[in-house]
Amino acid sequence: MSNMHLLLASASNVIPTPQIRYLGITPELILLGGALVLLGINALTRNNLRTTITTMFTLCISGAAVGVSLWQFYDVTNHGAYTTIDKAVVVDGFSVVINILVASAVFITTLVIDGYERRENLGGPEFNVLVLISASGAMLMGAANDLIIVFLGLEILSLALYVLVAINRRRRVSGEAALKYFLLGGFSSAIFIYGVALLYGATGSTNLEKIVTYFATHASTNHGLALAGIALIMVGFLFKVAAVPFHTWTPDVYQGAPTPVTGFMAAVAKAGAFAAFLRLFIISFATLRADWRPIIFVVAIATLVIGAGLAVVQRDVKRMLAYSSINHAGFILLGLEAATTQGVRSSIYYLFAYTFMVLGTFAVITAAAQRGDVGHDLTSYRGLAKRRPAIALSLAIFLLAQAGAPFTTGLWAKIQVLQSVVNVGDTPLAVIAMVTAVIAAFFYLRVAVLMYSPLNDAFAPAGVLLPTETPVPLYSGGGITNVTVSMSAIDAQRQANINATLLMERETRKVGLPAVPKHVSFSLCVAIAICLLVTVVFGVVPQPLLDLARHATLLRMP
Amino acid sequence: MNAIPHFPFLTVLVLLPAGGAAGVALMGMFTNVERRFLEVVSLLVALLTLALAIVVGVYFKVGDSSYQFTSQHDWAQGLGVHWFVGVDGISLFLVLLAGVLFPIVILGARTKNNTRSYLAWMLLLESFCIGSFISLDLLLFFFFFEATLVPAYFLIAGWGYERRALAAIKFFLYTLAGSAFLLVGILVVAFLHHQQTGVFTFSLPALEHTHFSGSDEILLFVAFTAAFAVKAPLFPLHTWSPSAYREAPTGASMVLSAVLAKLGTYGILRFDLNLFPQASKDAAPVLLTIAVIGILYGALVASAQKDMKRLVAYSSLAQVGFIALGTFAFTSEGLTGSVLLMLNHGLVTAALFLLIGWIYERRGTWQTDEMRGLQLPAPVMAGAFTIVMLASIGLPGLNGFVSEFLVLAGTFLSHRWWAVVATSGVVFAALYLLWAYQQVFHRTPDVQSAQTRDLSWGERVVIAPLIAVIIFLGVYPQPVLSRIEPSVNALVAHVASATSSTLQSKGGR
Repeated sequence: MSNMHLLLASASNVIPTPQIRYLGITPELILLGGALVLLGINALTRNNLRTTITTMFTLCISGAAVGVSLWQFYDVTNHGAYTTIDKAVVVDGFSVVINILVASAVFITTLVIDGYERRENLGGPEFNVLVLISASGAMLMGAANDLIIVFLGLEILSLALYVLVAINRRRRVSGEAALKYFLLGGFSSAIFIYGVALLYGATGSTNLEKIVTYFATHASTNHGLALAGIALIMVGFLFKVAAVPFHTWTPDVYQGAPTPVTGFMAAVAKAGAFAAFLRLFIISFATLRADWRPIIFVVAIATLVIGAGLAVVQRDVKRMLAYSSINHAGFILLGLEAATTQGVRSSIYYLFAYTFMVLGTFAVITAAAQRGDVGHDLTSYRGLAKRRPAIALSLAIFLLAQAGAPFTTGLWAKIQVLQSVVNVGDTPLAVIAMVTAVIAAFFYLRVAVLMYSPLNDAFAPAGVLLPTETPVPLYSGGGITNVTVSMSAIDAQRQANINATLLMERETRKVGLPAVPKHVSFSLCVAIAICLLVTVVFGVVPQPLLDLARHATLLRMP
Repeated sequence: MNAIPHFPFLTVLVLLPAGGAAGVALMGMFTNVERRFLEVVSLLVALLTLALAIVVGVYFKVGDSSYQFTSQHDWAQGLGVHWFVGVDGISLFLVLLAGVLFPIVILGARTKNNTRSYLAWMLLLESFCIGSFISLDLLLFFFFFEATLVPAYFLIAGWGYERRALAAIKFFLYTLAGSAFLLVGILVVAFLHHQQTGVFTFSLPALEHTHFSGSDEILLFVAFTAAFAVKAPLFPLHTWSPSAYREAPTGASMVLSAVLAKLGTYGILRFDLNLFPQASKDAAPVLLTIAVIGILYGALVASAQKDMKRLVAYSSLAQVGFIALGTFAFTSEGLTGSVLLMLNHGLVTAALFLLIGWIYERRGTWQTDEMRGLQLPAPVMAGAFTIVMLASIGLPGLNGFVSEFLVLAGTFLSHRWWAVVATSGVVFAALYLLWAYQQVFHRTPDVQSAQTRDLSWGERVVIAPLIAVIIFLGVYPQPVLSRIEPSVNALVAHVASATSSTLQSKGGR
């Protein structure tokens, strides 16, 4: 009888809706809303919107998101962190810094996309819309305080990215890359959500606060099931951040994706995934630190070594940068391995510095490529300094910054992550990391050497510095000048690649445009300039960025 | 003597060439400026830097072993990194050396090809070199130490000779590999200091009092020394240097061997000895042996060289061996000799590379057997070459003698047999240099050699200051020695007290 009574009582009540503090989720809403508005306007007009209009609109949207994120930053540093939407979303220094990072990445990516669309003669707002949506997912991951929200963010981020990779339908390689990314990404999402289910089974909640409380109150119980869940969640994250051994998709996808998308993916997907990764493991699984830290230790070493080692043998600049991004992921993992406040701070700083370096690098790669997004082979960078001195110098600076040259943010980032592992007594890890940094410097320098060596240099370093010694068909300015026919499989493969690029070449020529555009578009120059300024100015005057990273503290839950 | 004026001399010394570099780079970017104009501007910047360095030298308090002209500002708060600069008797003359050499390089080793970038990189390199010599914060030093690689790399790769790409990349990676360990070492030192005192800092004077356990200290010493030994370069980590010196353009060869190489030997003196006195003392026999091998090996290989640039590169290796020998002798004389030798070797080797560069401009070759009898058509050049060569051999009355004598005497006091073997290196030096000189300048000139131009008046003006300093320091080294000695004595005392106190504590247990 009393049961019946209770049931009636609850039915008569309305389902309680959570209180929402809208400032907390405004950046996400701006990006998502902006995407919908852009899509809506485009649907209402007869023709596709002009590139100028979509670009300006997206710039305004992302600019507004940067502005609101800065306001949030001010709010959080002065009035403290808070949770909202029934504790599903947390707004603390950490999430706000991620918001700033992601919104600025969208801003720069939009500029790069503008240049790319003009050169490739692509139209339509889909590119910008998908970038905005994907970025909102990354922001959500940074602010997620519930495993379901993490998963939601992860899926919003990834689904848009799958499409973005394949957005240039004229590129066959893009389709292949997108399929690979989609299949493997789908797997990893499934593994992740399975881990969430196990963790829910073990702790009785998906909310991070409740999970923390559970682990705190059940210190002595056997956490077998929870550990299995954590392991699966870890796999999901390691896939997204491209850590070894879940990195195999990276080179293919980075190479196949349109270059602006590669830059966006390298920056934002990594930022979002690392944000959630850090929050979950540093805060929620803090008490199980002894269980997961050794795994991260091993994974970090493998990621550092394999990332740097395999980059050396790449002939394609985008593939090389893919492996270099794996190496960077290893460095960021060092902050997680330290599992201290300093570690989190150093990882965030590294993410911030890395975002601008990698966006700048891919912006330059976009600018240096030929129409059809081809010409990413190392050999086509030979003599770039003669053809485009400013582009070559910017690329040299970005690569040096990635290698950790002084007076760039790259070295400050490396110093901080190394410091965080040295301070917990893992000096060997720091030594290994620095050794891989030296290896990485080699393949960055190789590009610099090629850019600054003339086309007809008798002592050109090709034989010594390039990965294979087989004669390479020199592909320059729209025609093959020298094709060596050979029976070896590598050559056959290369021949196939060349045929593909030739086909592309022919196809684009139908449009009636030259293969190498005369000028680098203005928007691309702006994007490169912003990234250069951030990388160099904050390398010389490090305090502002260090302060930003210092405020990226995680909300400590009871 | 004089009161030090309140002016951040050292900071300006770093910023001035850096600003000049930026100015030169930008000036040519927007307008089409005459090459000559850019050269004059860079020369003025370099001369102004020299003038400032001289002012520092004049106001430097003689008899004071502490750091002078110090200025300290927060650079990266929270990380414990400071803009902390100062000079003592050890670094003062290296700063002056850089100040003297860069105007000479800019004036004497010019390039027609892309002058704007060349000058900008040169001035930037000067800024970084001076920065490393005056940094008293370990991480700040690391920044400058590492940063010198970038302009040096671009100078070799951009304006070098045939195999420049390979030489440049080899140079960069070797040095970078060394400094990778240095960075980790610096972080560990700061961490251990933090554990002991609760203060997080990279300031050298503070870190000097950190105590390390025996094995920690040895490992850290190895990490630091690896970086410095590559840069110096000490045998057997020297393999990058002959190719880099050989392929670099004349100006870069001068700077590489005269100034950049000193970063390595200076680093050993400043950081190894101050931070790890016990380990330095323990490792002394090993390093002394390495130094002696370097002296003999460098001399032997130099005698076999037909290429003059490689010859100077290997003779440089031998000279660096002498510097290391004096350093690890741990006597006041030896260390003073080392510091003086750094200065002298810088002057002499820069002059040699400059003269060889001028010969190459005339003849298009460095091969000694392709030239003969240059003395006849080019007597002034022969005269300049003779003086510089004799200074390098260590003839009394020229600067090389004083420093080599001090090094050998200092080593003899503490490590007799090493000094004895090392002395034979002096003989070898005379052998290969005189040999080369005979080949190139003596004998009857062939048709081509007979037409070689002598030094122009401009070139005479460029080389004259170097020769004047070489002779002056040989005749009257006292002003230099009196400034070096207090700092060196303090360093020797620091090492002695640190090692004796650890001995006592070990004995006490």
